[in-house]
Amino acid sequence: MPLYLTEDQEMLRDSASGFMAEKAPVAHLRKLRDSDDSIGHDPALWKEFAEMGFTSILISEDEGGLGLGHVEAGVVLEEIGRNLTPSPLLSTGIAAVAALQQGGKHHRDRWFPAIAAGDATVALAIDEGAKHGPAKTAMSAERSGNGFRLTGRKQFVVGGHNADMLIVAARTGGAPGDSDGITLFAVEKGAAGMTADPRRLADASIAARIEFDGVEVDADAVIGEVDAGWGPLTALLSAGRAGASAELLGVGQGAADRTMAYLKERKQFGVIIGTFQALQHRAAHLYAELEVARAATLKAQQLLDAGSSKAHGAVHTAKAMTGLTAQLAVQEGVQMHGGVGMTDEYDVGLYMKRARTLAELFGDANYHADRLAREAGY
Amino acid sequence: MPAADADLDSFRADTRAWLEENCPPEMRTPMKGDADQCWGGRNFTFQSDAQKLWLERMAAKGWTVPDWPTEYGGGGLSREETKILRQEMARLGARLPLSSFGIWMLGPALLKYGTEAQKQEHLPPIARGEIRWCQGYSEPGAGSDLAGLQTRAVDAGDHYVINGQKVWTSYADKADWIFCLVRTNPDAPKHQGISFILFDMDQPGVEPKPIRLISGSSPFCETFFTDARAEKRNLVHEENKGWDVAKYLLGHEREMISGMGHDGAGKTLPQMAVEAVGADAEGRLADPLMRADIALFEVRAAAYRAQGERFNDEWKAGRLNPAQASMMKYYGTELNKRRNELVMAAGGSDALEWESDDSDGGKKARDWLRSKGNSIEGGTSEIQLNIVAKRILELPS
Ligand SMILES: Cc1cc2nc3c(=O)[nH]c(=O)nc-3n(C[C@H](O)[C@H](O)[C@H](O)COP(=O)(O)OP(=O)(O)OC[C@H]3O[C@@H](n4cnc5c(N)ncnc54)[C@H](O)[C@@H]3O)c2cc1C
Repeated sequence: MPLYLTEDQEMLRDSASGFMAEKAPVAHLRKLRDSDDSIGHDPALWKEFAEMGFTSILISEDEGGLGLGHVEAGVVLEEIGRNLTPSPLLSTGIAAVAALQQGGKHHRDRWFPAIAAGDATVALAIDEGAKHGPAKTAMSAERSGNGFRLTGRKQFVVGGHNADMLIVAARTGGAPGDSDGITLFAVEKGAAGMTADPRRLADASIAARIEFDGVEVDADAVIGEVDAGWGPLTALLSAGRAGASAELLGVGQGAADRTMAYLKERKQFGVIIGTFQALQHRAAHLYAELEVARAATLKAQQLLDAGSSKAHGAVHTAKAMTGLTAQLAVQEGVQMHGGVGMTDEYDVGLYMKRARTLAELFGDANYHADRLAREAGY
Repeated sequence: MPAADADLDSFRADTRAWLEENCPPEMRTPMKGDADQCWGGRNFTFQSDAQKLWLERMAAKGWTVPDWPTEYGGGGLSREETKILRQEMARLGARLPLSSFGIWMLGPALLKYGTEAQKQEHLPPIARGEIRWCQGYSEPGAGSDLAGLQTRAVDAGDHYVINGQKVWTSYADKADWIFCLVRTNPDAPKHQGISFILFDMDQPGVEPKPIRLISGSSPFCETFFTDARAEKRNLVHEENKGWDVAKYLLGHEREMISGMGHDGAGKTLPQMAVEAVGADAEGRLADPLMRADIALFEVRAAAYRAQGERFNDEWKAGRLNPAQASMMKYYGTELNKRRNELVMAAGGSDALEWESDDSDGGKKARDWLRSKGNSIEGGTSEIQLNIVAKRILELPS
């Protein structure tokens, strides 16, 4: 398969791009932020996402979805990134759907129609410390009656205070550091003993710290098999990381596009600043990094869609590369804007904040480079 | 399975069998240095019978230039078949049978701009490794500003008389022929008075003088022309339109240079580093700062491989802005320099040895120094960035 978008994928990109520009440009984020919203996204927009089919991209046609793949998911997520659109699509429509596809028909029957209709959101309760490290999961899930009792703490659960369901990684066996012994659970909103403490992040999104104080769940809350949650968790994380890569690419590209426009408009010393070679070279270098990051992202998405054994490494590469590149784009962006880059009025600073959050989500560049190194035996 | 895929599968099977049978065992080991490369040409001394045999067998199949048309000595393979051939050669560790500026640079330019007679005359000897070519572009006063070149070609009826000096002419002392940029109209604006001409180096008016590099070898020369003679039939494209050819060829050169250092033969950088530095109890490279440097380098290298694939696919589909070759050249060469810095850092004082057998004659150190030229030759990194800024980002000048 050639490493560029097919005609159908380009059509989807055009429609997603038109949709975001009209319904959810950066002004939408500003409005939400300045209205002191407590949800983190606009539920009416989420409904419209569903009507566009975005929420059911990965859901199979048999199960009422579009039956498309990670490339298509990435096409939409890139537009979300470019417009800084606050949306639960990545956690709900991409990562959660990928996990549930590996984890029991009853979950899919329960959640897919609601996700496809834009009536439900799902949040991911994986991280327990400030840095991502899913194998470090320590939260306990003890057998209790015909189900389990969950005890522990999660953080960086984006949208977790509002989600209809949480996918929670907990330990039924093994010790922190082992991938065996982790089990994934679907925990519904309002479960007794679960307390969410929402925190607004730098980019105006909301992530919760969640306390599980002996939360009781049934056996059929398990996604996949007991002690073998690493399988669906890997599916979740691969989808989430590939999707976050696409969104980061959009954030980086959006910042770069704004910066290029500014270089062609701002005058100093009687000339357009884009004539200065010092800035041209930095802009051209940034362009090269973005192109390389784009290739890495598309490669990962295509390999995931093909079910290739190489997808795993390609996803690590994509997430590391887009994390580095988007952060370069926003840093160069602010610098090349000069003083106005520091103002809230200009959008480039919003891109900087979003890039930082997404780069951290599902592991930063160091995490993924380290994984690649370990898997390559050094 | 679609018919086309079935055909490709059988092509792969045939190719694999043919290579197994015909590639001499000595030609299946990684090349140790420049000396192991086969450059062909009138004066080339083969290093071994195996090297000669390998060239002859591959040339007979047209596989020194697999994607050229068969009538010019090529293999007539499609892009997919060419890719399969390369994969199968890599699988076997087979060496490149022939390294040649004729193949990488002049050939593509002749295929696009040459007359039928020029193609017939020059392409088959390139494919067979009989004529070795060099590139006469740069001059002392015309490097990055190539179009400022001064070497003069004066019309003398059926030929041109050439006077002037080229510099950095790689392998001019070993080449048989030169493809050369000359000024045919000194009064026209600088880009419009240049012609692209081919001539034999074996004549009294052509004198190459080797220049020694920091890597110790002397792969390139100053080349002086004193009333040298070039036949008019060897003018490629129209008189004073040589800049078109030059630019087209530079695109190929950039693509070629951007791919250097990624041949995949031999040990990987992490393997080399672990051997030199050792590993901790968990198997991680013992120097954590070096490990981080290498791990982040490897991310970029993997991403760039994907970009290489994307570039080829888009090129094939005619979707590329030609200036993207500049982006590839810039990124690929900077990456290769970085890789060589890391190889030196990992190798420590072992890698500093310049002549010993243990170091294969200072291969690491010499490769490291040679890599610095990658971001200079074929247009410097700064020039590539200028091109991207202007032609892709459309920044004003
Ligand atoms: C290993 C090697 C092999 C080569 N082989 C050949 C060959 O076979 N045939 C051949 O003809 N030539 C060959 N060259 C020459 C090569 O093409 C030139 O060296 C190159 O184009 C740069 O020209 P220069 O050396 O005159 O440097 P200069 O043009 O003098 O550049 C000096 C510095 O100034 C910078 N600079 C120049 N102009 C600009 C600008 N507009 N904006 C920003 N920065 C600028 C450059 O980037 C560089 O950093 C080879 C060079 C090397 C290193």
